[in-house]
Amino acid sequence: MSGLQGHLSLLLVVIPLIAAPIVAVLPRGRLPWAGALLVTAVCAVLAGMQLWSVVHDGVISYELGGWAPPWGIEYRIDAVNAFVALIVAGIAAVTLPYALLSVEQEIPEEQAPLFYASFLLCLCGLLGITQTGDIFNVFVFLEISSLSSYALVSLGRKRQALTSAYQYLVMGTIGATFFLIGVGLIYSQTGTLNIADLAERLPAVFDHKTVHTGFAFIVVGVALKLALFPLHLWLPNAYTYAPTVVTIFLAATATKVALYLMLRVLFTVFPNNFALGTPTFDLFVISGIAAILIASVYAIYQMDVKRLLAYSSVAQIGYMALGIGFASAMGVTAALLHLFNHALMKGALFMAVGAIIYRVGSCRMDNIHGLGRRMPWTFGAIIIGGLSLVGVPGTAGFISKWYLILAALEQQAWISVAVILAGSLLAVVYVGKMIEALYFKPASEANQSLKEAPLLLVIPTWILALSNLYFGLNTELTVGVAERAAEVLGATGL
Amino acid sequence: MSELPPFIIFFVAALLVVATRGIVRSTILLAAPAIGGLHLWLNVDPGLIVSHSILSIDLIVMRTDKLSLLFGYLFCLASFIATIYAWHVKDSTQQLAGLIYAGAALGAVFAGDLITLFIFWELLALSSVFLIWARRTERAFNAGMRYLIFQVASGLLLLAGALLHYHNTGSLAFDHVGLEGLAAWLIFIAFGIKCAFPFLHSWLTDAYPEATATGTVFLSAFTTKVAVYALARGFSGEDILVYIGVTMACFPIFYAVIENDLRKVLAYSLINQLGFMVAGIGIGTALALNGVVAHAFSHVIYKGLLFMTMGAVLYRVGNINGSDLGGLYKSMPKTTALCIVGALSISAFPLFSGFISKSMVMTAMIEANFDYLWLLLLFASAGVFHHAGIKIPYFAFFAHDSGLRPQEAPTNMLIAMTIAAVICIFIGTQPQYLYALLPWEIDYWPYDASHVLAQLQLLFFSALAFVWLNQKGMYPPELHSTNLDVEWFYRKLLPRWVHATVSLLRTLSVSMTNTIRSQMVTIRHGFSQTFVAKYYLSESWPTGSMVFWVAIILASYLLVDMFG
Repeated sequence: MSGLQGHLSLLLVVIPLIAAPIVAVLPRGRLPWAGALLVTAVCAVLAGMQLWSVVHDGVISYELGGWAPPWGIEYRIDAVNAFVALIVAGIAAVTLPYALLSVEQEIPEEQAPLFYASFLLCLCGLLGITQTGDIFNVFVFLEISSLSSYALVSLGRKRQALTSAYQYLVMGTIGATFFLIGVGLIYSQTGTLNIADLAERLPAVFDHKTVHTGFAFIVVGVALKLALFPLHLWLPNAYTYAPTVVTIFLAATATKVALYLMLRVLFTVFPNNFALGTPTFDLFVISGIAAILIASVYAIYQMDVKRLLAYSSVAQIGYMALGIGFASAMGVTAALLHLFNHALMKGALFMAVGAIIYRVGSCRMDNIHGLGRRMPWTFGAIIIGGLSLVGVPGTAGFISKWYLILAALEQQAWISVAVILAGSLLAVVYVGKMIEALYFKPASEANQSLKEAPLLLVIPTWILALSNLYFGLNTELTVGVAERAAEVLGATGL
Repeated sequence: MSELPPFIIFFVAALLVVATRGIVRSTILLAAPAIGGLHLWLNVDPGLIVSHSILSIDLIVMRTDKLSLLFGYLFCLASFIATIYAWHVKDSTQQLAGLIYAGAALGAVFAGDLITLFIFWELLALSSVFLIWARRTERAFNAGMRYLIFQVASGLLLLAGALLHYHNTGSLAFDHVGLEGLAAWLIFIAFGIKCAFPFLHSWLTDAYPEATATGTVFLSAFTTKVAVYALARGFSGEDILVYIGVTMACFPIFYAVIENDLRKVLAYSLINQLGFMVAGIGIGTALALNGVVAHAFSHVIYKGLLFMTMGAVLYRVGNINGSDLGGLYKSMPKTTALCIVGALSISAFPLFSGFISKSMVMTAMIEANFDYLWLLLLFASAGVFHHAGIKIPYFAFFAHDSGLRPQEAPTNMLIAMTIAAVICIFIGTQPQYLYALLPWEIDYWPYDASHVLAQLQLLFFSALAFVWLNQKGMYPPELHSTNLDVEWFYRKLLPRWVHATVSLLRTLSVSMTNTIRSQMVTIRHGFSQTFVAKYYLSESWPTGSMVFWVAIILASYLLVDMFG
């Protein structure tokens, strides 16, 4: 490897990191946005190249500063993190064109440069978590992404945004601290922080109570980050009150990266099916089932569309947890597939809702009556995203459900099959509620004169909506990568 | 060219419909079923298998044999008639939904594997619900939502069953399934929901009367007939279906008799007619299955005709309650005449379409030695004559004069109804053409002395009872029902019994709903007072309670890990 190729992995993290302070000091106006747009576009291209190169040439190991692992920090890229990094960078690149108008409306002009700087820092943190092969480094990037996302959430227009961000901060910090405690404990037993090295040394000390405790802390800490039921309580408020762009980005990426981290810990850091000897998988199945059923019911009763979608996110994370809980290669494949597909559907839905907020200023059910006819393109995207949530054939959501059910059947987990099906029914109800309000309720006086959202909002929304359809029909790419990723993680030995 | 699945034509037309307006759009709407039907009739032969690789498995998107082809012709014909009937409708939602719905029905009957079937199964649900929602009332929306949940549940059961079937046998092919094992039962129940089995039927009577005047015509043609097709292919000869079918043929009669909304009466009678088909599938002999297919064919046409006439009344008058109508024949004579043709067909009068198909199922029943069940079906036949053959035309167009003088139905509706009526009479008088299309070779002719006489006796005694009761003033619309064989025994008892049963059923369902509801309210109320609800489930939770959960999870995790 030479030139740019050789430094791909590092550049992905360093570019947004360096760009962030630069964007922060750019003059007001559209310059900060343009800078951030450029950075995310570059990152998306780099992430695409990285995945391509991993798929064709195998694992990339990059030694930071020339220090050989396990002493130096290593960036170790295989099919899994290249896949997740591409999701993160790709979503960021689609979100940014959308951000221009939405941010102009929702964020005071003088804060816009800071907003874009925080956004880039968040991107840097999330990409960093996926790239690095060092578990302490993971903690550092976890903090970078978390701190910047607290700041981003607090920029919401309503005053509740501040309390939501505060709660998010408390919970996020607890999660990160747990993670750090766990890392400390296993460090005390092995003397190493490099993930590949840990995987070699940990089996020797698997019986130690300290290792078990460390594992428990790490699992619970990361579970908080990925909003595993019932540790999801921070999520609905944070998603509801954050600025639209932040909601789109976090919903599509932050929990996904946490899920990736969880998979890494469960299968790579602790190899040889260590997790099978712990209550982890039972925890995942139970909380997955609870999330699918309870959070979906909650979603039905929400009066605010953003909040409805936030609860639906908790339920969808439940599907992924359930997939992991099956503790099989098929289950992990299903979880990874849903990770990708859910990013697509929630991205599209939150973008469409954002377009409504742009026009109406709110997305409470009572305020959006009859908008489907006034904003047909936005409404169309909501329909596609909604069908995908339900898991209708021809949409990406169907593929995830398909693999999840296959995985459940493989384990003869009949209750889980029933729950997956019931979850689809509940999704029909809450998606139906949105469609009812948007299309079948007569438009109020104020909504009569509304126009379709500007193209700059509609086009990114439709890019994601169409990719829901595309990946619902062409599954070669997603299923192939997910299967390969499950294999790389070491989940096939289960 | 012959390998083009007909649903493609409908979906392409749907795309064109989005892009066009006015007369062009109407022409496309009408052209789709016409071209689709001609394509099937002229180009497509039985024995064709077309597969495409989607989802990294081979999906058989088109598999033709005489069974699926006959349903294909039927659906194109029904969609053609319904489109003429809906010519005046300018609502894009309904036009699109109707087109996609018909296309999905065609896709489903030609599906050669369970996954393709599932895909169209779901599409049927998703497209048809818009025909209900298109009425744009709160009631219609809620009914549509309930309908959708039933339909999607059916689809999910089918998917689960299909995957399990695949898991067990390694094959997804949709052939005879047979009732063995969990997978088969899941598929069976999925079909059962769509086919309105007893206790799974409520979506039909709930939603069909709430759809638009034209929407119900579409609805009555496709969903349940796809289910009948699927049952015939997957579960023919299962004895349990005979009993289910006979139940379906009998129980709706009681409800239909006391129902005031005439479109709801027709919805009940739809279930009753499905009962004959399901029973026929259960018998499973060649004669019975031919009878099922023939009955499905004639049923779609005459039931469509009846729904169309009631839709015309609804369109002109604005409501469809038996008690508010009457005397409409004075200003709607053509609709009246057409409705009577439909009524005679559904009552299986000789020379009308119902006769030549229902008698096949009845004969097969006798041949298979189901004597008592045969008697029950006979009772059901008499019941059909009363609630659909007499009640519908009588209360809508005759009875007491309500003073309403609506205009005659619009021309396009009249044309559509006339086409259906002509087909009813044509099939009834020239059954050999329909028989030639049936999937199995048979040697059967309905017009022999015993059939005709038996049927005429049944009908004339039934009519006599009606006239006599009417003359004596003993024909209160809520109570009327008769079983001819035992009619003079139960002249007084039966109405009372029926009434008591029905009111008991009603009280039961009301009290059950109330109990459940009040229980729910109590639980919800009690729950909202608890600590858990106040602190964890309210809009925003105190940070402390979030941390509480973290501690709980970590502690229990460690405990289980150490000691579990």
